[in-house]
Amino acid sequence: MTVYLVRRLIQALFVVLAMSVIVFVGVYAIGDPVEILISPDADQIERERAVRALGLDLPLWQQYLVFLTNAVQGDLGRSFVFNEPALKLILQRMPATLELAFGAMFLSIIIGLPLGLYAGLRPNSPASKTIMAGSILGFSLPTFWVGLMLIMVFAVQLGWLPSTGRGETCSVLGFVGLTSCSSGTQWSFLTLNGLSHMAMPALNLALFKISLVIRLTRAGVRETMLMDYVKFARAKGLSPSRVTFVHVFKNILIPVVTVVGLELGSTIAFSVVTESVFAWPGMGKLIIDSINVLDRPVIVAYLMIIVLLFITINLVVDLTYSMLDPRVRLESKA
Amino acid sequence: MSQAAIGGAATPAAPRKDKVETPFRRFVSEFAESKVAMFGLIVFSIIALIAILAPWIAPQNPYDLAQLDIMDGRMEPGTVGGAGFTYWLGTDDQGRDMLSGIMYGLRISLTVGAGSALIACLVGASLGLLAAYAGGRTDSAIMRLVDLQLSFPSILVALMILAFLGKGVMNVVIALVIVEWAYYARTVRGTALVERRREYIEAAQCLALPTHRIMFRHLLPNCLPPLIVIATMQVARAIALEATLSFLGLGVPITEPSLGLLIANGYEYMLSGKYWISFYPGIALLITIVSINLVGDQLRDVLNPRLKK
Repeated sequence: MTVYLVRRLIQALFVVLAMSVIVFVGVYAIGDPVEILISPDADQIERERAVRALGLDLPLWQQYLVFLTNAVQGDLGRSFVFNEPALKLILQRMPATLELAFGAMFLSIIIGLPLGLYAGLRPNSPASKTIMAGSILGFSLPTFWVGLMLIMVFAVQLGWLPSTGRGETCSVLGFVGLTSCSSGTQWSFLTLNGLSHMAMPALNLALFKISLVIRLTRAGVRETMLMDYVKFARAKGLSPSRVTFVHVFKNILIPVVTVVGLELGSTIAFSVVTESVFAWPGMGKLIIDSINVLDRPVIVAYLMIIVLLFITINLVVDLTYSMLDPRVRLESKA
Repeated sequence: MSQAAIGGAATPAAPRKDKVETPFRRFVSEFAESKVAMFGLIVFSIIALIAILAPWIAPQNPYDLAQLDIMDGRMEPGTVGGAGFTYWLGTDDQGRDMLSGIMYGLRISLTVGAGSALIACLVGASLGLLAAYAGGRTDSAIMRLVDLQLSFPSILVALMILAFLGKGVMNVVIALVIVEWAYYARTVRGTALVERRREYIEAAQCLALPTHRIMFRHLLPNCLPPLIVIATMQVARAIALEATLSFLGLGVPITEPSLGLLIANGYEYMLSGKYWISFYPGIALLITIVSINLVGDQLRDVLNPRLKK
């Protein structure tokens, strides 16, 4: 186990390094680094002085080392627009994104599991067919367009929910320590107003996951129903509800929860779209705004943070998976 | 079709007569078994035709400023404009007919989607074949890259590349190719690994045929079925991803609006109840994606040997 863990950590470190090279080359070599680091209205002499001061006359590999040294020390540059450290800016926005992502995951489970269970238990009923057709739509519908339609129906025509923004937030002492840079982390889900702002974006982000959970649950139920232990439980005369919820449900839960966990990363990535539609002030909205105004230090910082986040999630998922399912061998032959 | 010819070349020559059941004919009849898939195919053909013929059948050229009347801006679907013609799907803020806008938008969406899927297919399939055929270091280097890339969601990779390159139709195509090649490479490698141990490859090697000939004329044709399935699905994914990127303002420029950009243009009017500017392009996008997916689903069932009766 320890050997495996160490090997995975070394691998992860290697990936982070590789990604930092890609991001560095992407932003610092393809783009004009002077443009990134110096304000555009500086004159020629100022530019040359700055180029030398910043070490941009050095060969590329030396520049990369400087970039890397700063990055390791947590210095990913300052935002042009906000004139604040890029890292701080992103960490401030992170709770909003995480809140949205977890809200979406929660919705996908509480909506997806019962529907999938029903569709699996009665595969031929009209309701099940409707559920399955709905899940195909959930896969095919472009997220951003569904978001717009949600706004149109629930905010503009019915007026039930607010269309954009995050609403009132409320800070809880216990959560303050979660992000080191912000002075107090604000959460929406603790106020009624915040919850009403969160409902639509979370549902929008959850749509794809709901379809996924429905399909996984349905397939799992149909497979499990044919197992000998289910037949035995039935033969024993247990009530159908006990068979369903104790014998079947428990067994399908592990793969479903694992896949939902695996999807956390992509939920965070796709929140870029949802946040733009609903003007949700998270990391995703920040990166899109930064790309549009070419606030490159923020772009670099976002990309590096998201790479780290993904590698961590992948690592945790792999480890959890091997713990949950003993059939997954830890010592791979590679 | 080339498939029938290839099938004939790979298996010991069956005499070709017109009424004989060739693999291609069998494929067509099996595909036609599903009414839903046929419906999808017909719908997609109509959409493709509309896209190709847009300049001739669209009621208006939405990018010819002389034909636009700013007084007709934001009209509801079905209203008759100043020039005396009916805007069946309404107009946008510039007074463009939405129906024409959608037809022209489809052109761009489909070109970008199909074009990037095709290039990605060429790149990915070649690398996948190479990985399977060469094995060893080449294989593990290519597959490491594939694994690395697939561990990040496609939207993130595309976002990263467009952040480096900036807007533009070509840049979107490049981003989509980089996002998609890994899927093709993985699929082709999987099939090719099985196929390369077959006797016909051994026979070709005994004949001392050049490596590229064995790879592309012997190995590739036998890896086609899963490749066709994944290519179909990837076209739909590429169209959806392009629309998303354009909606975010990172995709195609305003001069070449795809469906995604049309939807984005309607965003600000949505809040004042002018739904049609965003609604109809979205419906067009949805029909396109669903029809391609229906065809892809049936292709997967027909071409999957495991599901053969």
